[in-house]
Amino acid sequence: MTEGPRPERVRVTGPPRRHAPRTRTGDIDDETRLGSVYLGSLLREQLRLAARTILVLVVTVGSLPLAFRVVPGLSDVTLLGIPLAWLLLGGLVYPFLVLLGWRYVRRAERNERDFADLLGEIER
Amino acid sequence: MSTETVTGLVAVVLVTLATLLIGTWGLRFSRTTSDFFVASRSVRPALNASAIGGEYLSAASFLGVAGLVLTFGADMLWYPIGWTAGYLLLLVLVAAPLRRSGAYTLPDFAEARLGSRRVRATCSVMVVAIGWHYQLPQFHGAGLTIRAAIGAPTWVGPVIVGAVVLANVTSGGMRSITFVQAFQYWLKLTALLLPLVVLIIVWVGDGTPGSRMPADDSWSVPLASGGSEGLYLTYSLIIATFLGTMGLPHVVVRFYTNPDGRAARRTTLVVLVLLGIFYVLPPVYGALGRVYAGELAASGRSDVLVLELPRLMVPGIGGELLAGLVTAGAFAAFLSTSSGLAIAVAGVISQDVTGRSLTVLGGRRLSGVAAFRLAAVVAVLVPLTIALAVPSIGVARAVGLAFAVAASTFCPLLLLGIWWRGLTDVGAVSGMLAGGLGSGAGVMWTLLEGSATGWPVVLLEQPAAWSVPLAFAVMIVVSKVTASRVPAHTRRFMVRLHTPEALDLDRG
Repeated sequence: MTEGPRPERVRVTGPPRRHAPRTRTGDIDDETRLGSVYLGSLLREQLRLAARTILVLVVTVGSLPLAFRVVPGLSDVTLLGIPLAWLLLGGLVYPFLVLLGWRYVRRAERNERDFADLLGEIER
Repeated sequence: MSTETVTGLVAVVLVTLATLLIGTWGLRFSRTTSDFFVASRSVRPALNASAIGGEYLSAASFLGVAGLVLTFGADMLWYPIGWTAGYLLLLVLVAAPLRRSGAYTLPDFAEARLGSRRVRATCSVMVVAIGWHYQLPQFHGAGLTIRAAIGAPTWVGPVIVGAVVLANVTSGGMRSITFVQAFQYWLKLTALLLPLVVLIIVWVGDGTPGSRMPADDSWSVPLASGGSEGLYLTYSLIIATFLGTMGLPHVVVRFYTNPDGRAARRTTLVVLVLLGIFYVLPPVYGALGRVYAGELAASGRSDVLVLELPRLMVPGIGGELLAGLVTAGAFAAFLSTSSGLAIAVAGVISQDVTGRSLTVLGGRRLSGVAAFRLAAVVAVLVPLTIALAVPSIGVARAVGLAFAVAASTFCPLLLLGIWWRGLTDVGAVSGMLAGGLGSGAGVMWTLLEGSATGWPVVLLEQPAAWSVPLAFAVMIVVSKVTASRVPAHTRRFMVRLHTPEALDLDRG
């Protein structure tokens, strides 16, 4: 237990904001209909991007158990002496996940840049 | 004392010392409450990703996966895949918005988003429950490792891990733990990779012999046996691990240490790379175990495969040294994951219990750091006591169930909270209760009952495939019904979650 004055309460906040002249950000701040459209477009773009990435994941990696059930012959296939299942699930799946993630990060950042351009504030 | 005992002992002592030293070194940078909780949000992606990897690769990853592959075969490869793909889903759906929400724990997020103390309380209870459940297999794994390494009774390992974690967490908080965990990722990778290279050379030298275990066709099929029930089990495991990662309390807390949303994404991408490199290794141990260590699977001691294999394959001092290295890596795994869980649970307890309620007892509120230290003691001692009292159900399986509960509670809360404006406090609580009770029933059943067959049992054994959709459905339907309770600040909060920090916007 500490003695003396109680330490100041630390308020954790985002980075300091500049006071720019009023731009289209004002529309979002004031929750106008136009601001709503701007925000909605960003949300939709990002969600669509996420959905596309997940769809690719489900169709490729997610379909493997079903594929092995529907086509039992797959478990006898070997490549370079390694069973196909092991090659796919023990190794190749990981670079594939990284590739999906890398593509996502690039596009998500581009969406955010477009949004910033739209609001007339180009950063970085 | 045999050489076996000496190398094991040296390995454990070295890892413990290194952990304490790095923790103490990190202490020099740890000054404020903000350092304690979130390392003052200034951890760069490369360091942060190593720390996340170090914290995330637990006893289940280091020991459990190889053991499961040895016993059950290729369908167990879904565990490491799910644990990695979970980060991809975290990346695309949660990472940046969660960081931008500005909250520290899951209960903070829920309260900020929904403006309700009731949601906060529900989340706090869930965080503690999942955290403690996840802590058990870490302690059990530590007991196994210490017994295999130096022949000590199984209670010694958990007690050492508990003591070291407590020392580190209470002294330096998040800042010093970040350095410790980053170090432990690289230690774990080395401890698994180096012996494996030697073992593969030995295997090739032996003329690449095949499995000496009884022929088993289903071993190389990536699907649980038993027809459609097997298909269900496999998909349910996939759902639990893919969606459960984002709901694990110790994973989520790490995201608040990123400087901004963009860094949170980049950190997650590096984590994907680090996990991918690591998870290629344990299944190879499992496969080599089929050749050299079949009797471990037969005697039900498959969890110690990684620890025993070097000794079985390489005779003499070489094998002992490799075994010592693997032991060091395993011990690092328990220390780092336990520390992460202790930080996460202590964060919640200190905010919701020791930081508030003890006002009544002590006459005044505890300072932030003192409350955190007290909470850390509780966060470590309770699961330690439970771990010493109840028997282990298998390291990877216990962790798998924690994922199922996380996927059925926090995953819907996070996804709907971040992407859907219509979520209400009543909806969130109902959904989390439905998913939590459903998956919790499965966990209880597995802990108490164990094995049996038939559809009802299969559904309970791996509940995620029905409990996750159930939680989503309840959350959406109840939110629709109580639509008048949608918080007034929802739109402003969405601005905060989804817009880049550099834009000058009012974020509420």
